[in-house]
Amino acid sequence: MKRLPRWVRTHLAAVRAVAVLTLITGVLYPLVVMGVAQVLFPRQANGSLVEKNGRTVGSALVGQLFTGPDGKPIPGYFQSRPSADAYDMLSTTASNLGPEDVVDTLPAPGKTGTKSLLTQVCARSRSAGELEGVSGARPYCTSEGVGAVLKVFPNRVVSVNQPCPTTPFIPKYQGMVVECARPGEDYAAGRTVPVRGDIRNPAVPPDAVTASGSSLDPDISVEYARLQAPRIARERGLPLDRVHALIQDHTTGRTFGFIGEPAVQVLPLNLALDQAR
Amino acid sequence: MSQTAAGIIFIASLILAIALVHKPLGDYMARVYTGLRHNRVERLVYRLVGVRPDAEQRWGVYARSLLAFSLISILVVYGLQRLQDKLFLSLGFAPVPDHVAWNTAISFVTNTNWQAYSGESTMGHLVQMAGLAVQNFVSAAVGMAVAVALIRGFARRGSETVGNFWVDLVRGSLRILLPIAFVGALVLVAGGLVQNFTGPHEITTLTGGVQNLTGGPVAGQEAIKELGTNGGGFYNTNSSHPFENATTWTNWFEIFLILVIPFALPRAFGRMVGQLRQGYAIVAVMATLAVLSVVLLNVFELAGNATVPQAIGAAMEGKEVRFGASNSATFAAATTLTSTGAVNSFHDSFTPLGGMMTLLNMMLGEVAPGGVGAGLYGMLILAVITVFVAGLMVGRTPEYLGKRIGAREMKLASLYFLVTPVLVLTGTAVAMANEAGLAAMLNNGPHGFSEILYAFTSASNNNGSAFGGVTVNTPWYDVALGLCMVLGRFLPIIFVLALAGSLAAQKPVPASAGTLPTHRPQFVGLVVGVTIIVVALTFLPALALGPLAEGIH
Repeated sequence: MKRLPRWVRTHLAAVRAVAVLTLITGVLYPLVVMGVAQVLFPRQANGSLVEKNGRTVGSALVGQLFTGPDGKPIPGYFQSRPSADAYDMLSTTASNLGPEDVVDTLPAPGKTGTKSLLTQVCARSRSAGELEGVSGARPYCTSEGVGAVLKVFPNRVVSVNQPCPTTPFIPKYQGMVVECARPGEDYAAGRTVPVRGDIRNPAVPPDAVTASGSSLDPDISVEYARLQAPRIARERGLPLDRVHALIQDHTTGRTFGFIGEPAVQVLPLNLALDQAR
Repeated sequence: MSQTAAGIIFIASLILAIALVHKPLGDYMARVYTGLRHNRVERLVYRLVGVRPDAEQRWGVYARSLLAFSLISILVVYGLQRLQDKLFLSLGFAPVPDHVAWNTAISFVTNTNWQAYSGESTMGHLVQMAGLAVQNFVSAAVGMAVAVALIRGFARRGSETVGNFWVDLVRGSLRILLPIAFVGALVLVAGGLVQNFTGPHEITTLTGGVQNLTGGPVAGQEAIKELGTNGGGFYNTNSSHPFENATTWTNWFEIFLILVIPFALPRAFGRMVGQLRQGYAIVAVMATLAVLSVVLLNVFELAGNATVPQAIGAAMEGKEVRFGASNSATFAAATTLTSTGAVNSFHDSFTPLGGMMTLLNMMLGEVAPGGVGAGLYGMLILAVITVFVAGLMVGRTPEYLGKRIGAREMKLASLYFLVTPVLVLTGTAVAMANEAGLAAMLNNGPHGFSEILYAFTSASNNNGSAFGGVTVNTPWYDVALGLCMVLGRFLPIIFVLALAGSLAAQKPVPASAGTLPTHRPQFVGLVVGVTIIVVALTFLPALALGPLAEGIH
């Protein structure tokens, strides 16, 4: 070994060091953790699976869709939050759309459109409101469920998310007639003015109109669960109090009273509903 | 209790827990790095590696050993990814494309853990365990080794050597990271993280739909991912994924793991230089900046000042119900203040000013408290710069811990400090000036610019989090960000080791009436001021084009 130049010896030592440390931290460590975990916490280590009639139907920790083959909500089940990838565990993702993403690209001939985050929020609010029989109205949203956003030019104003021939959500802005948007026209140069409107305290809670970070959120807020309760009670012929009691049973509060936020686990709650029948 | 009140207690409980742990852990780490005995396992490791553990190294030899180890690491992680279909536990995944594999290898070896890939559909279990998780350990141990070498520079008198890289590497990995990660992994499994070898398998959901449940050795990797301030997730959505962060309290525990070593290292520093109060001064600077940042981030996210959060009624896009806005903001602050880069919520959808705080945290240079080891050596460089600035004011040759900060030392400290701003600003400018760079934006307007700025800030500071809308698995970005990561990691390390060498060689000068005391609140305030002013001067123009333009109407 002495005859090898020093830099070669250093690199040979590095090769051996990587090999030895890989063996310890990359093979022994995960295997020992796995062995101990499988003995002490087998349920958690294998994904906190839940069964119905002996068949695995999912993980208590992972959200799933409660929709029919047509993609529509099954009214007898509590609905999960919106998801950026429909609760697919093979391609988890967040929307990553920014807080001022308010202008849609309207579909034009030869071009598919994209919906801004604001319009997605407005549309979700509207459909959740329809499903639960409450108002889906929100600040910065038009009544048909798109973002209430104007592009203001020196001599014209356009409601950019409302394609012609939709009637703009306000007739006039600063004395100018508001136009509907013509798909394909470029409004980028205009000043963006979102219009708040006079909605206070929307009936549909925040988690019902937003996609989570994981796209697998297993929980909904207590408010969203209670909003859905009358529909569940009606569909299943259960007393509303019974549904509220089930929500209560499946609500995880803050750990030690201050860690995290209260949340309702949707899959276990829906399983309990099936048993309550 | 309101979310705000609960969020404040959440932060206070973390501070309390870290305050309780930092003394015993810091003292333990000091003993690990100063102890003369090698245990039986370590002696076997040194024999297998073929190094003499008692041979002290000059700084140049130390640096060459470190660089050799890192180079071989890059090659191994690259090879494992490229050959994964030929090896076992690949889950049937194809070889990782060359540019992604190169980027990922650099990313994990430099402790950045930037993810140009989607874990659940790209990386088999073998690559995750034997490639990525190994680097989670050893890249963290490398960071700590460099910090310890610099501490020895201050502690030693007229010494030609700064320690032995192989010993520091092995001890950091086996005596500090491994035991804590092991306990941490079991705690996380108890909370619901998975630890198995299953690949994706199809199940029928309650309503008859299909879901592919994924498995893997997640908990073990999650523990070291946080503890080593690495941040590369097993799954694409990182610590927001229920199998990486199952409950409200695993979230608390993961933040604790992120912060525990960086905040304990100043204690080890104080212990090793024989003046605990110097360690307290350093930790006070880190804590001041960190608390300021975590509070501001919470304020911005809870206020939700932007059009979409106002329409929603809370800044909940990209956040989980069980964490809520406040605990998500606290996690975001911890992960960007420490060069971790794990995320439990998506920074791209944060309010403009909340997103700016995550950027600013990284722009501080990852020093408050920074990554394991890297945070401490970064902060010590800032302390050196501060005594120099203070020395200029009164016209004295500056000293820190009895060591003269002369021309050579100042040159090295300045070079250290210039590396990341040059990489961040040049990289962003080049990306904004060409088609391949601009194509990556998901959002448009100022927010699109923020996505690019964030990418280069994150890579150059070895953080690894992203404004995730940016599309960076293209050859152009994989190469550009890979270069930022490798230069942003190893150039500063070389300057720090060179500084350690020249400090260790000095004999300390006795303190006199004119010596600037470096353990008093006055000095703490000075370092905080220098840090903020230097960062503000460097990055404010860039921030004005991005988050400030978006957030201030």
